[in-house]
Amino acid sequence: MKAPILKLYGMVVLLFAVLIGFTSYWSVFDAEALRNQPANHRDELQEQRIKRGTIRTADGRLIAGSIKLSDGRYRRRYPQHDLFGHPVGYSFANLGATGVEDYYNDQLTGRKSELVSVFDSLLGKRRVGEDLETNLDAKVQKVAMDALRASPTGRGAVVALDVKTGAVRALVSSPPYDPKDLDNARVYRRLATDSKTTPLLDRATQSRYPPGSTFKAVTAVAAVDSGRYTPASQISGKNNKVISGVPLQNFAGEDFASLSLTDALTKSVNTVFGEIGEKLGKTTMKRYMDRFGFDAIPPIDLPRAQLTRSGERTASGGLLTPTSRRVDVGRMAIGQDKLGVTPLQMATVAQTIGNGGVRMKPFIGAKAFDQDGRTTLDKKPEEAGRVMSGASAAAVTAMMKQVVKEGTGTAAALSGVDLAGKTGTAELNANGLNDLWFIGFTTRHAVAVVVEQVQGGQGGTVAAPIAKKVLEALGDGR
Amino acid sequence: MSARNRELMALVPASLLVTAGFAAIFIQRSQVLSDVSLTYGAIFLGLCVVTHIVIRFTLPDADPYLFPLVALLACFGLVIIYRLDPAKALSQAYWFVGGLVLFSGTIIALRKDFRVLEQYRYTIAAAALALLLLPRLPGIGAQTNGAYLGVKLGPIAFQPAEFAKIGIVVFLAAYLREHRDVMILSARRVLGLTFPPLKHFGPLLFVWVAAMASLFIIRDIGSSLMFFGAFLAVLYVATNRLGFVLVGLVLFVLGAWAVTHTVGHIQARVDIWLNPFASDRVLNDGYQIAQGLFAQADGGLFGTGFGGSLILTPAPSTDLIYAVIVDELGLAGACGLLLVYLLLAARGFKTAMIARDSFSTLLAAGLTAVLALQVFVIVGGVTRVIPLTGVTLPFVSYGGSSILANFVLLALLLLVSDRARREVARR
Repeated sequence: MKAPILKLYGMVVLLFAVLIGFTSYWSVFDAEALRNQPANHRDELQEQRIKRGTIRTADGRLIAGSIKLSDGRYRRRYPQHDLFGHPVGYSFANLGATGVEDYYNDQLTGRKSELVSVFDSLLGKRRVGEDLETNLDAKVQKVAMDALRASPTGRGAVVALDVKTGAVRALVSSPPYDPKDLDNARVYRRLATDSKTTPLLDRATQSRYPPGSTFKAVTAVAAVDSGRYTPASQISGKNNKVISGVPLQNFAGEDFASLSLTDALTKSVNTVFGEIGEKLGKTTMKRYMDRFGFDAIPPIDLPRAQLTRSGERTASGGLLTPTSRRVDVGRMAIGQDKLGVTPLQMATVAQTIGNGGVRMKPFIGAKAFDQDGRTTLDKKPEEAGRVMSGASAAAVTAMMKQVVKEGTGTAAALSGVDLAGKTGTAELNANGLNDLWFIGFTTRHAVAVVVEQVQGGQGGTVAAPIAKKVLEALGDGR
Repeated sequence: MSARNRELMALVPASLLVTAGFAAIFIQRSQVLSDVSLTYGAIFLGLCVVTHIVIRFTLPDADPYLFPLVALLACFGLVIIYRLDPAKALSQAYWFVGGLVLFSGTIIALRKDFRVLEQYRYTIAAAALALLLLPRLPGIGAQTNGAYLGVKLGPIAFQPAEFAKIGIVVFLAAYLREHRDVMILSARRVLGLTFPPLKHFGPLLFVWVAAMASLFIIRDIGSSLMFFGAFLAVLYVATNRLGFVLVGLVLFVLGAWAVTHTVGHIQARVDIWLNPFASDRVLNDGYQIAQGLFAQADGGLFGTGFGGSLILTPAPSTDLIYAVIVDELGLAGACGLLLVYLLLAARGFKTAMIARDSFSTLLAAGLTAVLALQVFVIVGGVTRVIPLTGVTLPFVSYGGSSILANFVLLALLLLVSDRARREVARR
């Protein structure tokens, strides 16, 4: 009876090998997928027992810190109240995390590779979060927030980028929210279901506004960089020119004779840019839009759920490529048709032109430090790609400077700051309800401002002054 | 070195492990190293040494590694349970003492010749079946998660299946010792496989019916798999005919399939096993298995350390103790634990191989197989190899009946081993 016993033992060894195989599958090979299961809240619960790292502005102001509760858990506090609610977000056990709190969760909770953490536990080190320093500037953020609040509707967004690096200096969405309030389930429900002012919506990165005439900057880049036009090219600006088979009107029905591309941008002549869009064609427009980052998830350090693509949309909200049959390229070229863009996207357009044609990836997080003060993360500026030649960028910059100098209303509104820019007044209905825009850049910073759903008003008189205040706060005043 | 001295030496590392384990938990708890961990280690060593002396006087030639391996598992279990719930660890320690007493009692009672058990085989079989049925008796039966595994007599709750498994193995060993010759001789070969003769199909069929009935009665796939697996193991060792095993396996699968589709509870268990993460399930009936897997995912290669993990799993000290072990000691620790069981099984099967009479061989092989299968059933359940059921991890899980019954099982193994080794030495 010896042989069958040996075989039986072989069978037992085999069964145990299966057990070890399955154990290693769950504990090592499939562990990442299990950790990401939506029903798995172990990480959040565990992280409450870790002292989460602080988040600070570039000038050292504390945005988020942790306090220890009597039961040994930690709780997040946000001393700046509602000033950084949207970009930085929150981290609570019952709600999860958003914004920078979510994107840099691994650093903030001190998550390390398995081998390093084994070594640390042998040395008796407790897991401690790393501190994060951001590119955000508390003063600029505050100026932008106050200006938006004081605007006619108090609703809108401001994005300010470093023109050379893409560093995000301010990212404001109004109305804001105070992360502290969200820990209260009743308040959270009220804020989350407020469909009128949607305070939890990050308008800077999640809202799609019609860009109006600010989009003419994109069309101008396509026109000049493709070599088909120069700033001096003469084009007819007649009112009611037929674009895509339908007559197109200029602002206030104004009729222009033949005028240069620069003048057409300054006077924001719809029929000129409509014709340019048609002549360049969908393929060329799509090429430049793609280079600017339209139709793609913006490469910024925020969670995917907090971002949306800019571009043409179907009525049901689906993305429409610019070469689609359903796109009216002439009206798209003047920022109408079915375009929906985020303030972040338009800030990137301004940044790219201001940076000699090179688009940078916007980034909020700058550095992370461990508890011994060692730098564990040091974000370097990253190029997203060249959109246009340096010469084209210089030409369009000159055009946009002219816009600021001579455009209606803008000159007075922006006096004191040396910048290039473009206004936008996107009509939402026939009764004069508009989204008001301004995008612009100095040699150091690029900014996009939108104020939504204003009755009457123009981008040059409502949005441009906010941009001026922001740029002055950034030290770009003359 | 004599067998008993080797046994005594092997107990030292087990005691050191208890000391180190408690020390690790104290450090994790309060950042201070208390000398209480030394006390616990000393108490544990003392108890084991007393038991060792009992073995020394009654079974001087028994296998020297079986008892230290079990002591290692038991102390490991104590440490884990202490980490989960110190109050439970204290009562587990009492059960451990009770187990040692029962272990010594069994050895002393059967030290002349354990083969008297053969004479009582039908009584033992009847008692085992009665034990299996006990949880369904109105008034004392207790249902957990739809399975009938426990009995509640006032304040005392126990799982009779733990004892029934020993009774069934003793009966099978005795019955097959008597009938194995006729079963082999009158077997027929069909399609290259050997099948048992029809008239000896009777007992096989009887055990199959019993297994199906127990599946029906206690509604637990795991226990049923354990019992039937042990039966097939003993049958295979007795006859060395793979055909018998295959017939049995096919019958079991057919029966299990039929039962699964008729008993709602078992069907639900299988559904949970196949898809525990379904959104309508993960927070209710799939919660246990899902949380067990999440805990294992946190363990990684080396684990989060004793006391370092978050306990969200239900029944962490009983059914899901393996998930806690993987979480805190990682894949490495889990492999170590399984290796200890494999060593234990190796010593058990070795005992079966050197035993000179068929009853001893079959008994040792059967007991070892049922122990190994029990480990497979519960660890396989927690790691989703098979549906999760409520058997315990032998010597490690919290539970009085499990500790007591498994110490009786160990006593029987040592009894077989003592006799076999003495006969080998005399030859």
